[in-house]
Amino acid sequence: MAIRRGRGVAAINYPTGMNLGGDPTQALVHSTPTGNFMVTLSSVDLGQGMKQIMAQICAETIGVPTDRVIIDTADTDTGPHCMGTFASRGTHRAGNAVIQAAKEARQVMLEVAAEELEVNASDLETDGQGNIQVKGAPQKSISIFDVALSAHFKRGRSISGRGMFLIPRSYPEKETGAMKPSTCYAHACTVAEVEVDDETGEVTVLTVKNVFEIGRALNPKMVEQQLVGGSWMGISHALYETTEPYYPNRDHGGTDFNQYLMPGPGDLAQTEIIVLERPSADGPFGAKGPGEMCANPQIPAVANAVFDAVGVRIDTLPITPERILRALKAQAAG
Amino acid sequence: MAKVPVEFTLNGLETAEFVESGTTLLNALRDKIGDTSPKGGCHQGTCGACSVIIDGELRLSCLTLAETCGGADIKTTAGLAEGGVLHPLQRAFLDAFATQCGFCTPGMIMAAKVLLDRTPNPSREDVVEALSGNICRCTGYEPIIQAVLTAARANSQNAA
Repeated sequence: MAIRRGRGVAAINYPTGMNLGGDPTQALVHSTPTGNFMVTLSSVDLGQGMKQIMAQICAETIGVPTDRVIIDTADTDTGPHCMGTFASRGTHRAGNAVIQAAKEARQVMLEVAAEELEVNASDLETDGQGNIQVKGAPQKSISIFDVALSAHFKRGRSISGRGMFLIPRSYPEKETGAMKPSTCYAHACTVAEVEVDDETGEVTVLTVKNVFEIGRALNPKMVEQQLVGGSWMGISHALYETTEPYYPNRDHGGTDFNQYLMPGPGDLAQTEIIVLERPSADGPFGAKGPGEMCANPQIPAVANAVFDAVGVRIDTLPITPERILRALKAQAAG
Repeated sequence: MAKVPVEFTLNGLETAEFVESGTTLLNALRDKIGDTSPKGGCHQGTCGACSVIIDGELRLSCLTLAETCGGADIKTTAGLAEGGVLHPLQRAFLDAFATQCGFCTPGMIMAAKVLLDRTPNPSREDVVEALSGNICRCTGYEPIIQAVLTAARANSQNAA
């Protein structure tokens, strides 16, 4: 009986969004009378930071500072349509919709500015600081604040835009079954090092080294926090989490989260995160969906590391001490 | 049912409220007094989201009856900022991206505050031990541990 060490590697591809009846998200953008921009969405921020990302995307598209954008995700009854925040689709789907809406709003904004400055709208550019100026002649400029006031109170224009991003439903080809059920794959590779006690079946994850390819990281610090939390969650999926840990039947199962195991602050593996950015062709500013992807590669990596350590292949999650001991027993009997 | 008067100090302010007998401190704070910084996660004392500081001790407000808090000195995360300036722990949590959905954050900060009040220069193990009664689903804990260590360093620099 001994503590045995093992190392496992795994790589995954993970899609963005889903393929049920089509995958649409709608966004509406309008300016307030003082030149702030309201983005109305039914996509919900679960804490992953979607509001911040949508504000960045809208601001970048219109050409204003991020703090001039307000994200309203208040009400799915009255807001524009979104399939929801799931399937790692928020940034990709809603982001593309926001770009489309923001482009339309920007065009109206430039038209109003052109009337005020008595130039052609196509000759105008934004300075990113809240002003619109003539290309090559920045001294001829007007603040977006004044443009919005003019639109609202003088010219009767609505600085607004509509956005809709749809991935249509993909049906399988009758002959081959080939289809495109998802788009925009993110990628990851993880190496996990574990110790397995072959007497108790207990697994300790020593280190977990992750490389994530997530398209463009629109907000690198928020991407990092997703990936660090996701890596922990992947280990949690691999070794801890289940709603069915009890015997002999479901009646003895857990009734609430108190019986739902997850690793605590004392159970952390030494974690390394490396981000590779290969901008996607169809994502907003090259983004992909890193959300769920980042919690997946640790699972096969840990399973492979357990195999490397004690020579048993556990194919049911979570990899509990009991499953390891039963497998070791079968191996010894085999 | 007859209501019970209870008076205590909440974040330095004299506070008085009538509560139904059996009301938890958590519900009294959130529903009666309007301090929603302690969160109701499990309502059975295992998740730590409702943590508050009572007379210098870390307590689970979901397991504490409001009527037992007469004369107590209660502190919550809502009372940490002074004059619009965030407490070093709050600043460190923001800077370390130690919060995502935010539901565990007030409890984490209370647990960390009690730690730093007693152990101004904690080791990583001290921090892990202090946070072990608080559950987080989003962050993987590491950013929270780093935030507490950063706040401790900031405190000791200010004291020096």
